[in-house]
Amino acid sequence: MNADPNLYDYSPYRNRPKISWPGGKSCAVWVAPNLEYYEIDPPAHPKRKAWTKPHPDVVGYAHRDHSNRVSHWRMADVMSKHGFPGSVSLSVALCQHHPEVVADGVARGWEFFSHGIYNTRYAYEMDEAQERAIIEDSIRTVRDATGQTIRGWLAPALTHTPRTLDLIAEYGLDYTCDLYHDDQVQPVKTATGNLVSIPYSLEVNDHYGFFVYNMSPREYADTLIRQYEWLAAEGGTVMCIPLHAYLIGQPHRIGPFEEALRHIAADGRAWLARAGDIVDAWRGQQ
Amino acid sequence: MTLDPAYLNYPKRRRGYDHDIYDWSAIQDRKPVQWLRGKSVAVWICVSLEWFPITPSDVPFRAPGHMQTAFPDYRHYTARDYGNRVGVYRLLDAFAKAGIKASFATNGAIAGRYPELVRDIVAAGHEIIAHSTDMNGTIASGLPIEEERALISGSLVSLEAATGKRPNGWLSIARSQSWNTPDLLKDAGITYCCDWVNDELPYRFRNGLINLPLNHELSDRQIITVQQQSVDSYAQSMTDAFDWLTAEAKNFGGRILPLHVTPYIIGLPYRIDAFERLLMELAARPEAWVATGEEIVSVWKEQQ
Repeated sequence: MNADPNLYDYSPYRNRPKISWPGGKSCAVWVAPNLEYYEIDPPAHPKRKAWTKPHPDVVGYAHRDHSNRVSHWRMADVMSKHGFPGSVSLSVALCQHHPEVVADGVARGWEFFSHGIYNTRYAYEMDEAQERAIIEDSIRTVRDATGQTIRGWLAPALTHTPRTLDLIAEYGLDYTCDLYHDDQVQPVKTATGNLVSIPYSLEVNDHYGFFVYNMSPREYADTLIRQYEWLAAEGGTVMCIPLHAYLIGQPHRIGPFEEALRHIAADGRAWLARAGDIVDAWRGQQ
Repeated sequence: MTLDPAYLNYPKRRRGYDHDIYDWSAIQDRKPVQWLRGKSVAVWICVSLEWFPITPSDVPFRAPGHMQTAFPDYRHYTARDYGNRVGVYRLLDAFAKAGIKASFATNGAIAGRYPELVRDIVAAGHEIIAHSTDMNGTIASGLPIEEERALISGSLVSLEAATGKRPNGWLSIARSQSWNTPDLLKDAGITYCCDWVNDELPYRFRNGLINLPLNHELSDRQIITVQQQSVDSYAQSMTDAFDWLTAEAKNFGGRILPLHVTPYIIGLPYRIDAFERLLMELAARPEAWVATGEEIVSVWKEQQ
């Protein structure tokens, strides 16, 4: 194993060629709802436990199930109301379990990319054939459910192998959401294909906001606005708002979150886009 | 490297859930619920009354809030028991001042050890929900079914002996259940449990047991103890939630705001004042129906 995973070349932020977004906007903002399915009784993985309690882990499972019964629609309605399309990080088995949730995203014009089969099945230690199987399953399942061909990948529960990026590039995917080294779209070094990294802004993921930094709902909303204001002032930047309905769609959080969306939409410098649109606009300038 | 080929088999990948405990439905597709007196948001206050033995048990797991130091942990034993002596009386006074009734999720041991407290709660018209035996009475898969059955029945017997009434509701410690719990609760005559936080209205399990979700994200333990927020931030979150639910109820029917509180957390002198003001504010909202768990379940049940 190399100490450097050889993902990309170093490129200092200063003096980069200027990127401009459609309509002269300075910050491309994309919202990434994670539409997930966590299994109640998944098989054990040698490297990671799915649940902290013996199965069923009632709070862990039910908390996430809240997305698919209650909070998905709450979150999605607020996004639609303020003109934000979703680019969905999808546990593709959700297409089988709760196709109603997936269909709602399709009806709203959202883009779908793969977040693995389930968020309780981890990629660590998969051999190449196994990893190809989950990529092919993802492509097939999302195509059947939505008519879309996935363009991106966010590894299931952020679990990887050293060959994941080469494989998704080989299958023709355009972007990865797993690399957090930049606030702009950047090329990724892969054996074949043409893969880029799109900023996923993990630090403003609602899970980080509420469970790493222990923010109140209003502090999190304020954090989104500060992140946006700085990136919009710099220009040529990308801001992602990565969400989980079971977190952002709780009744005490959704109101302050709506205010953050209202602020960004009304500002005038934001290009509200889908992940694939952002990658295309960036490629057009290379 | 390779994984066991079975790791890529998905035998429960099918329409609906990967279990048979309850069925799927989306909240906005259900028949709207009407609460009493035309109110749109039921405010449900649930107080946990917990006695932590100074000899903690880790089987099946150690309860949140339990002893932390080597034996004898006088610090946590007494700081938790403070809730049962002092904090809970501040809450009872606050409820009386606001003119509201709450549910008390009570360890069976509280009834045996502090009968005066249970009498005061019942005399004020509050509901008693069964909350296991004591804070060593945790449940998870692996607990032998006979032990779990005895734990449930032991809790119910103690509480019934102290109050003259068998509780209708059940809250597990840390909301943790085993695969057996829903059926054991049903067999014990329980009408509703509060453990599954996947919804914001009551719903029925396939075995007939009702789940009344007690949102853990809105609890004082989560917001104040885990996320280390101030009581003012907590109160702000509760009123923000109430405002949101009030607006949602206009389109979708009755909603519930569950406030899960702990006497040793919210009943401290520097927090109780803000909590009292929150209660007065919520109780005064024209949309609010402050109700106990069994009242909410009973109104919901009649409309199904």
